[in-house]
Amino acid sequence: MKKLSCLLLAGILTFGLAACGNSAAETTTASSQAAEATTAESTAAAETTAAETTAAESSEAAEAEVTDLSGSVTMSGSTSMEKLANAAAESFMAKYPDVTVTAEFTGSSAGIEAVQAGSVDIGNASRALKDSEKEAGIVENIVAIDGIAVVTDPANTVADLTKDQLVSIYTGETNNWSELGGADQPIVVVGREAGSGTRSAFEEILEVEDACAYANELDSTGAVMAKVASTPGAIGYVSLDVIDDTVSVKTLDGVEPTEENIKAGNYFLSRPFVMATNGEISEQRPEVQEFFNWLQSDEGKELVKTVGLITVD
Amino acid sequence: MQKNTILGGKKARSAVERSAEVIFTICAFFAVLAVFSITIYMFVNGLPALGQVGVLELLFGTVWKPTAADPSYGILYIILTSIVGTSLAIILGVPIGVLTAIFLAETAPKKVSAVIRPAVELLAGIPSVIYGLLGILILCPLMYELEQFIFKNSETHQYTGGANLISAVLVLAIMILPTVINISESALRAVPQNLRAASLAMGASKIQTIFKVVLPAAKSGIVTAVVLGVGRAIGEAMAISLVSGSSVNAPLPFNSVRFLTTAIVSEMGYAADLHRQVLFTIGLVLFVFIMVINLVLTRILKGGSAREK
Repeated sequence: MKKLSCLLLAGILTFGLAACGNSAAETTTASSQAAEATTAESTAAAETTAAETTAAESSEAAEAEVTDLSGSVTMSGSTSMEKLANAAAESFMAKYPDVTVTAEFTGSSAGIEAVQAGSVDIGNASRALKDSEKEAGIVENIVAIDGIAVVTDPANTVADLTKDQLVSIYTGETNNWSELGGADQPIVVVGREAGSGTRSAFEEILEVEDACAYANELDSTGAVMAKVASTPGAIGYVSLDVIDDTVSVKTLDGVEPTEENIKAGNYFLSRPFVMATNGEISEQRPEVQEFFNWLQSDEGKELVKTVGLITVD
Repeated sequence: MQKNTILGGKKARSAVERSAEVIFTICAFFAVLAVFSITIYMFVNGLPALGQVGVLELLFGTVWKPTAADPSYGILYIILTSIVGTSLAIILGVPIGVLTAIFLAETAPKKVSAVIRPAVELLAGIPSVIYGLLGILILCPLMYELEQFIFKNSETHQYTGGANLISAVLVLAIMILPTVINISESALRAVPQNLRAASLAMGASKIQTIFKVVLPAAKSGIVTAVVLGVGRAIGEAMAISLVSGSSVNAPLPFNSVRFLTTAIVSEMGYAADLHRQVLFTIGLVLFVFIMVINLVLTRILKGGSAREK
């Protein structure tokens, strides 16, 4: 009698769940089969199955509520934000299959213009918004911060560089460390290849676009680190997250490149990644609101870190 | 007696013969198919940018700024670097390779060649990225010392930290050695013994025999070795991307330079739109180069052997 009731219970649960969703039904069928096979301990088994299935049911229900979300989120803007925007779009669509997120990369200003004109929901900009743009009702939502560290070989005695010094090094005006208070040693200017996000960020912030005289254009962060570490007098720039002991990290205008300093806005070689909206986020369509909520969730923050950026609190 | 072998019955034998022929034909067509599809693909992808940028501006422009606000796609320096770099590597590598082959085939004592031959074969098996790493760790620092010494009083020289044309050429020269040595050696060994015997019997010394008789007789094989060496040198990307510095400059010895191959490799990752198409055009240029070199050198080779006859 007891056995029978247990089986019946398991069966009913299975049946009830089958209606919920395919994958869930499969797993519970499997577990109820297991329960049948071990009818000797079926009381315990059925109890756990019941517990599991109710848990599954409730989470299933919760998800069903959210996955009702459908529609589309369109964004356009900064090419530097391509990696972040694509990764976010992919992960968000994986979570909400009924929402389509599309991203175009036309440049920061073009993105802001597009969101102002209403042709997209989100305008991506890899810079802070201008006052004129804010006055037009565009809201600056900073989703991540991009930080770049300036590194030299470990033996280099120059500890700090100013913005002007960095500019003159990279444009080729200064070519010996002795001019900057270091040893009498030529400067080997190392950079990234054209098209690299780090390079475009570096050149944009220093306003030396297309004016840099690189002696080495390497095609990966790792190559820059290796070259700088092994070449006396070399200087290079890399994302903050890859720094290690093989190189010496410079302070810029006396500020160390730490997360705290960057968040406080003291370190100049950093830039905000803005996903601008026309009006506050709360005025947007539900799917756009959810996109921002998700970016601020732990999952979203994890994603920001995986693409090598700093999260915003 | 042999019922179980393929030489069994007449019927079975002819079936085997025919099916083998079909299989050989299919295999042969795979290679042809590959060459055709690659050729078509390269032209389809490489030509549009040539039209958009302009043939003259692309092939003879000297400014490579693909991501600038006003982009410029001149690849003349890149083309020249590949030509100069490969030629220098051949000039350095071929004599060493051929002389090593002569040593191995003609004069080396058995014990010595038992050491050298495996070493050469091992050299052929080392992955190119290892050559590059050794270049970056050993060659570049040495080159940097030299650079600092030579340009001590120069105000205008841009220091490259040893990543320059010479480093790339040295790495390439070493990389083509095994190809040149192995093929030249087989060619020398294929020279009939009676030619050597006749020469020696006429009173020629051993060295005279090698240079006046054996080398001319093995000429076609040695030219093949050079062709393959050129192919390897011009197509190499990984090793030289680590030691050449990869900035687009005129191919002068102490300049950081970019080859056709490294131009594609280094920027393909993030390139978009026209920039990406231009990279395909660079691929097309490289492809045409290799085709032309193959055809021209094979022609020279064939012409040479025809004259001998």
